[in-house]
Parts: sequence; C-alpha cells; structure tokens
Amino acid sequence: MTDKASVPERMVRATPPGVARTVRGLSDRALAWLFIGPTILLLLAINIFPLLWTIYLSFTNYRANRFNRDVEWVGLRNYERVLTDDDIWQAMQATAHFVVWTIVLQVLIGFTLAWLINAKFRGSNFWTTIIVLPMMLSPAVVGNFWTFLYQPQIGLFNAVVGFLTGTDPASFEMIGDVDLAPWAIVIVDTWMWTPFVMLICLAGLRSIPAYVYEAAEIDRASAWRQFWTITVPMVLPFLMLAVLFRGIENFKMFDLVVQLTGGGPGSVTELASINLKREAFEKWRTGYSSAFAIVLFVTVFGLASIYVKALNKVKER
Amino acid sequence: MSATSVTEPTGRVKWIAGIVVVGYALVTLIPMVWIMLTGFKTPSDAISYPPKLVFQPTVEGYVNLFTTRTRMTPEQIEGLGPAENFAQEIVRERGMVIVGASRFGERFLNSIIIGFGSTFLSILLGTLAAYGFSRFKVPLTDDLMFFILSTRMMPPIAVAIPIFLMYRTLGLSDTHLGMILLYTAVNISLAVWLLKGFIDEIPREYEEAALIDGYTRFQAFWKVVLPQAATGIASTAIFCLIFAWNEYAFAVLLTSGNAQTAPPFIPTIIGVGGLDWPAVAAGATIFLLPVLVFTVVLRKHLLRGITFGAVRK
Repeated sequence: MTDKASVPERMVRATPPGVARTVRGLSDRALAWLFIGPTILLLLAINIFPLLWTIYLSFTNYRANRFNRDVEWVGLRNYERVLTDDDIWQAMQATAHFVVWTIVLQVLIGFTLAWLINAKFRGSNFWTTIIVLPMMLSPAVVGNFWTFLYQPQIGLFNAVVGFLTGTDPASFEMIGDVDLAPWAIVIVDTWMWTPFVMLICLAGLRSIPAYVYEAAEIDRASAWRQFWTITVPMVLPFLMLAVLFRGIENFKMFDLVVQLTGGGPGSVTELASINLKREAFEKWRTGYSSAFAIVLFVTVFGLASIYVKALNKVKER
Repeated sequence: MSATSVTEPTGRVKWIAGIVVVGYALVTLIPMVWIMLTGFKTPSDAISYPPKLVFQPTVEGYVNLFTTRTRMTPEQIEGLGPAENFAQEIVRERGMVIVGASRFGERFLNSIIIGFGSTFLSILLGTLAAYGFSRFKVPLTDDLMFFILSTRMMPPIAVAIPIFLMYRTLGLSDTHLGMILLYTAVNISLAVWLLKGFIDEIPREYEEAALIDGYTRFQAFWKVVLPQAATGIASTAIFCLIFAWNEYAFAVLLTSGNAQTAPPFIPTIIGVGGLDWPAVAAGATIFLLPVLVFTVVLRKHLLRGITFGAVRK
C-alpha cells in the first residue's frame, strides 16, 4: 500500500497535522466523533441502557404488570431458579435439537447444492436466484402459512407425503404430534435457510483457484482425493462461517416457530425464546425472565466467541 | 485427454448437476406457489380434500382481505338494490354485504412507514459512522465495530423486556416513532458493517485530491465518497428495508393497534369458522411479493448482505 501512495497522499502526509487542524477548523478526532457519535449514542440508548436495566432487573422480583408494588432486591435467587428450572432445561434441549438438526441438514444439502451449481451448467445463475427466494421472506408469515401446508387432510405437505409413501394423509399430524412437531420446525427452517449455507459455500468453492486442481491433476490425484484434500479444506472456513450465522440465528429463533407451532404440542417445540416470551409477557415474571435473558445472552456470546477462535485457527491453516 | 481444461466438468456431469439443482429449485418453489394459488381460491376450494390443483380462480380472498362484511338475509340483500361493483357482487353471493374497509390497509401502511423510516435513519447514521470508521483513526476501531455487531446477539425477546418498560415510561409504546427507532437500532449494525466494507473499497486518493483542491472534509464526503458508494448504499438500504419489513417479535410485543405492522396481523385474519385461508394467503402474497422482487434485484450483493460483509464475492 504505502509504496504505491499517490502524490496527493504523500502531500497530505507531508503536511504537519497541526497545520491541517488549524486550516480545517476541526481536528480529525473531533470530526471522527461527529461521524460516529450518533450511531454510538443510539446504540447506547436502545441497546446498552436496556441491557444494563435487564441486568439490574434480574436481581429483583419486579413484575411489569404491577406498578405499585415495591421492588425488592433478591440477589442471585432468580439465577438459581433459572438454572434449576426443569421447564428451562427442557426449552434448552428443544433449542439444541432444533439448532443441531437444522445445521446438519442445511450444511449437507447446502454444500451439495453449491457443489452442483459450481459445475456451471447452463442457466445455473437463474436457478440459484430461484433457490435463494425463501430465505428473504418474513419468517412469521412463512410459519403461519406452513401450518396450512401441514394440515392433516387438506394440507399440501401431507398430501404429497401421502402420495409418495402410500400412507393416508389424514393419518399423521406434523404439528399436532409430540414426536413429529420437533421435525416439523426443522423441515421449515431447512426449507427456508438452506440457500443461505448454499450461497456461502458457493463463494467458498469459487474462491479456489483453478491451478490448484490442475496441479493435482498433473499429480494424478483421483477426483475423490481432490475433493477431500482440496475442495473440503478450502471451503471449510466459509462453511464454518455459515454455521456460526445459522447457529446464532436459530439459538434466538422465535418468529417462525411461534407462528408454526406456538411451542406446542405441550411444550415440545417451546424453544428458549418462546419460553422467555411466556415468562416475560404472559406470566409477567419480569425479574426472573430478565435473569433468563442474561443467561441466554451469555450463552450465545460465550459459544460464539469460542467458535470464532476455532474459526480463526482454521483460517490460518 | 481432450483439449479442454482438466478442471472443466464434462458435459454429462453438467447435465446431472443441472437436473438435480433444477429439481430442488422446483420443489422449493412449491410452498410459495401454493400460497399464491390459495389466494385465488374460494374458502371451500382452499380447504378441500384432497388439495385442489385445478380450480375456478376468484378474487374473493382479496376482497375479504380488504373489507369487513356482515351477514344479511336474502330479503335484506334484495332490498339493497343492485350491487355497485364486482366486490359487492362476490360478497353478496355469500349472503353478506361489505360494511367497510378492513384493517389490513392500515397495517400495510404501517409496515411501509416504519420500514422506510427506519431504513432512512439506519442509512443516514450508518453511512456517517462507516465513513468515520473507514477514514479516521478512531481509537479502538475493532472493539467498537465488534460492540456494534454484538448488539445482534441478544435474542429479540430479551431486548424487548427493558424496551417494553422504557417505551411505556416514555410513551413510545405502539407508536411509529418508537418502532422506527427500535428497528434503526437493530439495523444499524448491519448498515455500519456493510457500508464500511463498501467505503473501504473506494480509493482514498479521490478524497485526498478533493481536500487539496480546497474541499472541506464534509464536502469531500458529500461530493466524492457518497456518489462512489451509491450502489453499496442502495443495496444496504434494501437489506435494512427487508429486515424491518419482515420483523415480527418486536412488532407483536410492542405494538397492538396504532403502529402494528403486517406480519403480526396477517395470521389473525379470521373468516367464518376459523382462519380465512384465501384471505390470509392473499395478504401473504401482497406482503411477500415486494421482497421477492427486491431479492432478484439484489442478487449480486445478496451474499455480502446476509453475512454482514464477511463474505464478498
């Protein structure tokens, strides 16, 4: 960079900062804050202040539906309760099931699709755009509509499955059955978000220079060997990034699933965010749910930081 | 060995790849096509068993979506005289008359106001901040950028608890301004990250030449950098708009009537005896179509947008 500096850049560098400052009236540092300040202020007001407030509330027994009751400081009692609450552990298990299976399916299907698209057949760009469409839609509206597709008799999903497997379309209920509901949400999320993983993998595949394969070909490496020693390792950092994004998003999952199953039947699809909503906005246990919110945030943040470290190691290789 | 490059897939491989990908694309389209088709069915066609592929199209769903109706006896309807328009005619065939507009129009308008308002604010603040981070030596740039990104890791419901209390105190609950500010705060991380990437790509030499020509910093930003970043700003804006448009969690918790957007409203459209599926489908179609169009427009920058600029093609 530096050796290619243009004439004006070199001139600017030659000008002593003091001179520049008096000429422009404002120092660069003051200008920088003028540019960045509003954003930081907004985030402090609508992100950081509420976060601090949540931390404070998590140590109290406050209930947002009772204005006049005295707020008592209860120390770590809310946290104790959160961590020993069976409902919350069940919600965490449901979330884990959802996160793990959506990631597994999306990685497998997404990578395969990207690999096939990378064969650059005629019209591949057009079909890529078609495949990408679901992920940009409103999750709540999509979830709502999938309840229609999942209807036991009249639903298209059941009709298609019935037609393909020969079972009676009225004999199974995707969102009403305790065993099937956790898979019903996995299917919809996979339908919606596989293109995301696919796009990132595609970028990874396209970043591999052709000469690497040409060299392998000269060394007479088999296609199988090339796939495992070139394609996979070089796409891996991209794939891991996709997994990071999907992991964070699905750990927070609310809109799609709340519209699809509402957490039911019973509470088998009650993911962490849905449970949190119930505690905070239906039972109005504000203090308790604040503690749960902090636990969730720390979990996401902690897992994401560990993961990013691993990702950076893979990148360095 | 043929004369073509060894890394180029053979014709047969291309064929197989093409067939699998096209097959997947067609399957993936089915739910979306089904939504659109259902919007043009009668309520009884929509819930027929087995599901109907061939049907007599009608705009009844769309009429129901935009109107409220009341049931009347045939004699009462007879007494009203001839139907004034096609919508009246469709509704009267069901033994009902239109008594007014539904709230879908308002909710849709709310989505537009809040979507565009928050997009404008996000882009305004985001462009300034991105320029600041890109061009000035800001202390702790990396930490601040990470801080901006980390605001995205909170589950929306967790943020909604204090926001709910704060808005209740400030009188911002269920107002357009409250929702615009909230969506701006959520979108600003995306805007700053994406725009910083775009502005980083503009050579500094342009501005420096302008500064030497006697432009102030701000003039250089306004007249040199902004036009160069126009494409980036436009695609960032569309991403912010799509997010605000699709958002559900905050909307359902913090709005009830006045500022409610379309996503929480569409699933609640009730007809006679349960959900009015053709009307729900019509609402979903109208609501999803703009996003489909934007996605096609954006396809070149899509990857960059959805990964906060981490992956650039």
